[in-house]
Amino acid sequence: MVEKSETTISRWKPIIEDWKHTFYLWKRTKLAMIGTFIVIGFIVMAVFAPLLAPYDPIKTNLPERLKAPSKQHLFGTDQFGRDIFSRVIYGARIEVWIIFLVTVISGVIGVAVGVTAGYFGGVIDEILMRITDIFLAFPRLILAMALSAMLGRGLTNAILAISLVEWTVIARLARAEAMKVKSQPYIEAIKAVGASNFRVLIFHVLPMCLSPVLVQLTLRMGTIILTAAGLGFLGLGAQPPTPEWGAIVSDGRSYLVQQWWISTFPGLFIAVVVLGFNLLGDGIRDILDPRLRR
Amino acid sequence: MKLGSFIIRRLFLMLLVLFGVSVLVFVIAKVIPADPVGAILGGNAPIDLVEDMKRRLGLDKPLMNQFIDYMSGILRGDLGTSLKSNRPVAKDIANFFPATLELSICATFLSVVIGIFLGILSAVYRNKFIDHFARVFSILGVSMPVFWTGLLLLLLFYFRLGWLPGTGRLGLFVTPPTRYTGLYLLDSLLSLNFEAFKDALAHLVLPSIVLGYSAAASIARITRSSMLDVLRQDFIRTAKAKGIGKRLVIYRHALRNALIPVVTIIGLTFGGLLEGAVLTETIFGWPGLGRYIVNSLLLLDYPAIMGGTLFVAVIYSLVNLIVDIIYAALDPRMRI
Repeated sequence: MVEKSETTISRWKPIIEDWKHTFYLWKRTKLAMIGTFIVIGFIVMAVFAPLLAPYDPIKTNLPERLKAPSKQHLFGTDQFGRDIFSRVIYGARIEVWIIFLVTVISGVIGVAVGVTAGYFGGVIDEILMRITDIFLAFPRLILAMALSAMLGRGLTNAILAISLVEWTVIARLARAEAMKVKSQPYIEAIKAVGASNFRVLIFHVLPMCLSPVLVQLTLRMGTIILTAAGLGFLGLGAQPPTPEWGAIVSDGRSYLVQQWWISTFPGLFIAVVVLGFNLLGDGIRDILDPRLRR
Repeated sequence: MKLGSFIIRRLFLMLLVLFGVSVLVFVIAKVIPADPVGAILGGNAPIDLVEDMKRRLGLDKPLMNQFIDYMSGILRGDLGTSLKSNRPVAKDIANFFPATLELSICATFLSVVIGIFLGILSAVYRNKFIDHFARVFSILGVSMPVFWTGLLLLLLFYFRLGWLPGTGRLGLFVTPPTRYTGLYLLDSLLSLNFEAFKDALAHLVLPSIVLGYSAAASIARITRSSMLDVLRQDFIRTAKAKGIGKRLVIYRHALRNALIPVVTIIGLTFGGLLEGAVLTETIFGWPGLGRYIVNSLLLLDYPAIMGGTLFVAVIYSLVNLIVDIIYAALDPRMRI
């Protein structure tokens, strides 16, 4: 009994120590802390949007149109009298939704392609990697634009389009990880016991590749928002009246000179949230890669 | 591997990828949309009009035949006819591309100068004020949406202060220079049209800053970390010990070695500028390839879409190839 509790302690202790150390490093890098708070604020904003937003983000209210920022309308109103503050708050929901879906879809495709290519190697690897190269031969935004426009403009198709561009990064990373893992002795041991390729791939190679992939996915979240907002701004992503931040910036373009607030505030939120993700990402990278800590 | 065989291998791979790229473009433009003609003419177009349009576009043929037509067209340099302008797409691209090229070159120039300079300073004065400033500068540069900074700068410097011209490549009352290359700066110099040169330069300032900022940010970061790597190597210590001045050590000994990874980033940012150009051109009313593609996408003018995206992909791949070759020439370890 005593022996058992000792082993549990020794098993958990390094993990707890590791977390403590990570927390210590995180506390030391002020910028990463700021990033974390921004990201948490962003998620809170998305979750509690109906409580935080004073007005309906979609309903038009023409008598109140193009009002400058005031106590009633913190960020002013747009050409349809909609409250920009409320639209921006609800916009956070859209951005979170985009990040979530793109991360999941591109993560799944990327891991599936990458791990398969890395594990099997040879012809399969060659074919899958050339397909990846084809997607990488386009500037990312341009491929996303073309896919989104051809699938039919709208939020869902924009998400699909961004995912179809994003997976390549993950695929390359997952492939490299799978190649590293596959040459480990324990994989050979499992194979020697008689496990099938499929079993080895799913239960023994895949889990070992996940943690760098998850880190990379986190690092890319800022870029995903920028791409989505870019598509929205160009009119090739979320369509009005959806309060997507990039689309709101685009709404305000024709009113820029007199009603600067329409474009300025949603753009500011994009910048701050992406900054948050980038600071957090830098922090994660610093913590994980001690060589960069200098 | 010898550099020559490396180049040949990469060229071969690029051709393979470009074939795949044309297939992908074909799939995006012709297989995904359910009803391209309906999208162009609207849902209620008379049936004979629809049939006529289909015939004109070759859409009545089987997909395989369409694909063969399209591929043989590409090989002949024929990208089809734009539905909107009714001109050959290849001609449209030749018209619009120089504007994008000029903008990208200016933005690259700006970002390389600022990026390398800031990178060196922040490596040499690590953890001093300038290093913190450069860090903030870089992280802001990769975080702010290009279209937003563009709009704000336009609002400030054009609408409010009136210091710089607004949209387009030239003012309304300036005669465009005779066309030799399509690059206004070069053309106006060649035709000795200095008024146009000044005006074109003024029009380039804002878009180049907007486009070059994020690139400058990433170049500064790479230069910094690469400089730091080099500065702590033995030969730098030896150089210092020999009594060579600090400036000389930094610029002659360290910078040369530190620039190898920077070359890659410069190449990559040049490619990345092609995509930033889409947004920048839209804001600044810049008549370039990016805006051409956006407009074709909004109108579903798909010969133009196919031609435009294909052209961009070819340029992008070529730039990447050149970067790889330079890298391999500088660093033989990369030739694998």
